[in-house]
Amino acid sequence: MTASVSIRNLTRTFATFKALDDVWLDIAAGEFIVLLGPSGCGKTTLLSILGGFLTPTSGTVKIGDRDMAGVPPARRPTTTMFQDYALFPHMRLIDNVGFGLRMRGMDRASREAKAAGFLDLVGLKSSARKKPHELSGGQRQRVALARALAVDPDVLLLDEPLGALDLKLRRQMQDELKALQKRVGTTFVHVTHDQEEAMAIADRIVVMNRGRVEDFGPPSDIYMRPKSIFAAGFMGEVNFLDGRVGRVDCDTAEVETGIGPIVLPIANFTIARPQAGARVTICIRPEHFRAVDQRAVAGLSEAVVSDVSFFGTHYRCHLVPVASPEKRFVAHLPPTATIAPCDRIALSFDPAGVTALPETREA
Amino acid sequence: MARPGETRSSDITFPAGGVRRLLASLASWLYLAALYVFIFLPVAVLVLFSFQDGRLPVPPFNGFSLQWYEAVFADGKLMAALGNSLLVAILSSLVACLLGFLAAYALARYRLPGSALMRGLLIAPMTVSYLIIALGLLVVLNALQVPLSLWTVGIGHVVINLPLCFAIIYASMGDHHVNIERAARDLGASDIKVMALVTAPMLMPSIMAAFFLSITFSWDEFIIAFLLSRFEVTLPVEIWSMLRSGLNPKTNAIGSLVFLASIVVLVVLELALFGRSRKT
Repeated sequence: MTASVSIRNLTRTFATFKALDDVWLDIAAGEFIVLLGPSGCGKTTLLSILGGFLTPTSGTVKIGDRDMAGVPPARRPTTTMFQDYALFPHMRLIDNVGFGLRMRGMDRASREAKAAGFLDLVGLKSSARKKPHELSGGQRQRVALARALAVDPDVLLLDEPLGALDLKLRRQMQDELKALQKRVGTTFVHVTHDQEEAMAIADRIVVMNRGRVEDFGPPSDIYMRPKSIFAAGFMGEVNFLDGRVGRVDCDTAEVETGIGPIVLPIANFTIARPQAGARVTICIRPEHFRAVDQRAVAGLSEAVVSDVSFFGTHYRCHLVPVASPEKRFVAHLPPTATIAPCDRIALSFDPAGVTALPETREA
Repeated sequence: MARPGETRSSDITFPAGGVRRLLASLASWLYLAALYVFIFLPVAVLVLFSFQDGRLPVPPFNGFSLQWYEAVFADGKLMAALGNSLLVAILSSLVACLLGFLAAYALARYRLPGSALMRGLLIAPMTVSYLIIALGLLVVLNALQVPLSLWTVGIGHVVINLPLCFAIIYASMGDHHVNIERAARDLGASDIKVMALVTAPMLMPSIMAAFFLSITFSWDEFIIAFLLSRFEVTLPVEIWSMLRSGLNPKTNAIGSLVFLASIVVLVVLELALFGRSRKT
């Protein structure tokens, strides 16, 4: 089963602290949504409100077409998978997975059959008679998933489910999670602070900061066309460059910056159409810098390479522009490039991979 | 050969420190032995003279005999008192554990007004002497015109054991159980089902500890049992009335049995507690 979720001007305050500040979200049925943000950004608060463990200060949550105000966790079409898995330590796996069915009054034979099916789904059928303490972290995680899915929720809420696993297992589990979600078709809302995990599994990512939604969209959009300085910075490494909009044409605009004028397509201004004279911040990902000979933006300052390290897939270098020596850019240049510290190279990048955002002083 | 030479030179200095260490360890072993003798000598003497072949449980030891145990098992009043004691111990401990568990659950899981005060009030009876508790109960029972019986003794034992049960169970209710209970609720369990199917089984080791400790306390409690009972009495009260007619190896025999029962409960407690904790 699956259902859509719609969240309208949701606010939650704790004493004087605004954990959620006017959040609006529309999640389609069957989507894999990841709530991404640093700790304290409100993502877990939002998940707890969806699960019914917290009540919002104001605003509404609808799952399917049902308003969830005042509905306790047990009667919501949601189940939560907790960060520490919260398995029942005194029950065998089959009883853990069958617990929700037992609470729904299903008889022992049918619930054991169904629980065994879900254990099979996560590859633990042979361990059905074991207790949770006999399992590894990854296996416990799978049991928690099976237990949450066994009651056929419309929406599965996952609270940093992979947080306790080591990196290798985490990458493996996130692939499994994604594949499982496609199979069962349930709407997944997954909380994490790991942007790689978010990009790997999400259909759409919600980037949150200080209780607000900073950006919401498919991973590629958020990475390539972030709608806020915060989202740009949180999704990966990025260089910021302040500038002022100069001449604006039909489909391009020129931005005057400390390293020279940069002409960008209008589409790269993600928030608003550029106005001449407006202050903007340009975001350049390290990998969008080009090696010396592929000059794509003309008229830029030269830069001195301050240090270089080799990462296999790329060279990671710091570049200090001659025209504004207080700046340092991080650039990833192809491994075929020939560069060394103290080289002077022409600054160059692909304008299509660059985003311009209205300048914000607070960030 | 330089190395063996070095070891030999250290061997020479070793005995001086070794003697001191030997003395120190000897002294601490002696201290330990003295401690245990001090604690267990009276019990050992009691047990020894329960096997006395003669009418007086005092030295010299005349020979080994089981006649006093025979006499104990043939004594209908004593056996009835033993049965009463078991009944009161088990029932009052069950009630104390149940009430203690419920109180601990409420205070650990819900934010209640004045919870610190309530916690204090629950534990406070531990600091009050059994005599005061018994007198207080006696006054109250009189005022309510409740006749004294085994029931009133049981009530008294619940009063003294509830703080203990509460304290033990409350201490084991960690925050790491909160998410597990939440998960149960999320999967559709009602509050009562969460408590019965999830919380209580998770806390079973400490509930068992509280239960068995309560049993041992109730089992050999005298003052409350004495003041709050009338015709049916518990074992300590019956023993006391036997003692009034003078020393007799029979009292030693029943005393040894009481001691044995306490040991059995202790062993069961140990197995229930540590057997479990070793498994997880």
